[in-house]
Amino acid sequence: MDIQPVILWTDGLIFALLAGVLVLAWGISRQEHLRAPWAAVGRRPMAMGAALVLGVFVVIGLLDSLHYREKLADSPVDKPQYSVEVLSAFDALVGTLRTRHEKTYSAPLAMHLYAKEFVDHDGQAVRAYPRLQFGGAHLRDAAERRPDLVRRSAIGMAQGLAASLLLFGVLAAWRARRTQVSLGEWLTRWGEGRLGWPGRTLVCMATLLLMLAGVLAHLAAGYHVFGTDKVGQDVLYITLKSIRTGLVIGTLTTLVTLPLAISLGIAAGYFRGWVDDAIQYVYTVLNSIPGVLLIAAAVLIVQGYIESNPELFDNAAARADVRLLALCLIMGMTSWTGLARLLRGEALKLSTLDYVDAARAFGVSHGRILSRHIFPNVFHLVLIAIVLDFSGLVLAEAVLSYVGVGVDPSMHSWGNMINGARLELAREPTVWWQLGAAFTFMFTLVLAANLFADGVRDAFDPRRESGR
Amino acid sequence: MFAYLLRRVLYAIPILIGVNLLTFALFFVVNTPDDMARLQLGAKHVTPEAIERWKSEHGYDKPLLINQAAEGRAQFTDTIFFQHSAAMFVFEFGKGDDGRDIGTEIRNRMGPSLAIALPVFVIGLLVNITFALLMVFFRATYLDLWGVVLCVVLMSISGLFYIIAGQYFIASLWKLLPISGFAGGINGLPFILLPVLVSVVAGIGGGSRWYRTIFIEEIGKDYVRTARAKGLSELRVLFRHVLKNGMIPILTGAVVVIPTLFMGSLITESFFGIPGLGSYTIDAIQAQDFAVVRAMVFLGSVLYIVGLILTDLSYSWVDPRVRLQ
Repeated sequence: MDIQPVILWTDGLIFALLAGVLVLAWGISRQEHLRAPWAAVGRRPMAMGAALVLGVFVVIGLLDSLHYREKLADSPVDKPQYSVEVLSAFDALVGTLRTRHEKTYSAPLAMHLYAKEFVDHDGQAVRAYPRLQFGGAHLRDAAERRPDLVRRSAIGMAQGLAASLLLFGVLAAWRARRTQVSLGEWLTRWGEGRLGWPGRTLVCMATLLLMLAGVLAHLAAGYHVFGTDKVGQDVLYITLKSIRTGLVIGTLTTLVTLPLAISLGIAAGYFRGWVDDAIQYVYTVLNSIPGVLLIAAAVLIVQGYIESNPELFDNAAARADVRLLALCLIMGMTSWTGLARLLRGEALKLSTLDYVDAARAFGVSHGRILSRHIFPNVFHLVLIAIVLDFSGLVLAEAVLSYVGVGVDPSMHSWGNMINGARLELAREPTVWWQLGAAFTFMFTLVLAANLFADGVRDAFDPRRESGR
Repeated sequence: MFAYLLRRVLYAIPILIGVNLLTFALFFVVNTPDDMARLQLGAKHVTPEAIERWKSEHGYDKPLLINQAAEGRAQFTDTIFFQHSAAMFVFEFGKGDDGRDIGTEIRNRMGPSLAIALPVFVIGLLVNITFALLMVFFRATYLDLWGVVLCVVLMSISGLFYIIAGQYFIASLWKLLPISGFAGGINGLPFILLPVLVSVVAGIGGGSRWYRTIFIEEIGKDYVRTARAKGLSELRVLFRHVLKNGMIPILTGAVVVIPTLFMGSLITESFFGIPGLGSYTIDAIQAQDFAVVRAMVFLGSVLYIVGLILTDLSYSWVDPRVRLQ
């Protein structure tokens, strides 16, 4: 065993969340009335296409959450020593993408550096753009670049297409068997969109994604697809690493404050009287403070604490991780009030209904009424809030990192990428690829999340009619 | 009416006290003046004397709540809480770390903030309502469907992208407007145009979609059916009935932000170099000037509460069924 697993705080919470979601999904799938709205989500092409894209992001994020440290090569066998650098399963998967550093900026798919340097040319020192160490290193001269790019893209696309055809074949054979129709009949139904689930959209999306992945993989093997940043790191690698940060902020922030929002919101609506007054007072106070200022103040304080107690963290990754978790907690503290107010209103309404009165008349305890009669009936609101909050939080990270109260500067995140790159726009010629990559990935994730959230909200909210 | 107003103002006091106590706890108890001094002085190994000197320069060398050394009323007044937290109730904010009076800075910077925030608010409201009405007019057609999709797409783009793209294309590539800066009076107009344009465009997605939902909800109501049954044209129904009633939730949602317009926008002001309260705040955060951050927190809360009261008043104004008692 030459690795030592490292479980960071957010890793633990992410996998706990994953386990929770799986248990919840299992529970829901066993009950018809809970399954129905999800089945409705499953019939929406837009929502399912978005879910597929989200799924790709989530898989990358999860792989990137399996952290470990490598054993140092020269450490003694009986007392192994481990590298201070914390890697993840994702790092292992992408191989040399992480380590292929250039000197400084280079444009996407370039074979030369962005800045001129003195290069040895036939024994003479000439100012020219030096060749990259890794990007396009297999090419003999610039004329070979374009055919090579085309060839790699074509191979990647073909492989992606082949993989998707293979998958589609397996899927068709399996579904045809399950639904007990002939393969031809199933394919006709699929083509006509009569499957009962958005088969065409999903297959097309999957094909598109696989082809994209194929092209990216083949190009990334020989080039820096999105160029390199100031210190020569591959921008594609940084962007992919940022996915985990975005996902952690989008999910854990709501998760850590969910207990608070649910318990206080429901309690205020159910018990009324002074409990209601007290809880309303607390959230009005929190609400009236400008969110970004409260976050900024709290982050500055946490930052000060981390800096003055370096002995609590055994490596840089753990320190950055604690700061990320603190950011989630702080952002959650300022955002739980909205959900709490929503739940209060709903609980207020529910607690006057006959069946709650009946339960009370039978002498059912408060705790039991709350957990059996009130909570299940507001649960859909909680769910909608989680899904709706996600995209806003991902976007907020970028803004906070720009203000300087976001994630740790050493952490890969879209906010840090944007912050680091925005001054370079003034350069001539422009360094646009960092911004481009960060915005593209952030946009894709947020758009997918928004479209999925719309689907969930429409399916769960019976009163909502989407544009008759 | 007057009695109602008085009651609301009285009700605001405990909330402001809560805000005040919370900021006091955050800034002086959790993060002690010693920590502040260490952050400001920077270096890891600062001498205790340097910390003491910094604290006395900034008036943080007093006890937190009760001054045992003082006599009589001074026991309570000669403390950090009284001088730095309670003083904010009379808008005495003291001095920032750069030695300038925070109150004066705030007064000077409100104007520029408002010069950006007010046009953004008004134009944004008009543009969003127009788009929402258009989508509602063409509801259940492809135009509406794609309008909503476009809104979601616009919503999914980071606000930073709008600013950076606007500055890059309009200011630095096409040189139509200055990239950043500010000037007073009419000379300031070119400086204001770009940030206003960018902010309005950035808000279209979320705003139009939200207003569209409100109008769609309104259009399903009985009085609209009655109006149509009377033979009114669709345009008339839309403008006379739906728009008027839809304005109730829109206005009350918008009124709450009016006072906070004074605060400006952190990101917009800092990107465009507007010397407003937003960039003041962002500079304070980056310089870790807690005195300024504290003042802005308090000011923001006061303005928010004013907004809440205005919202209640506007309810009774736009909706005659609501009476204030």
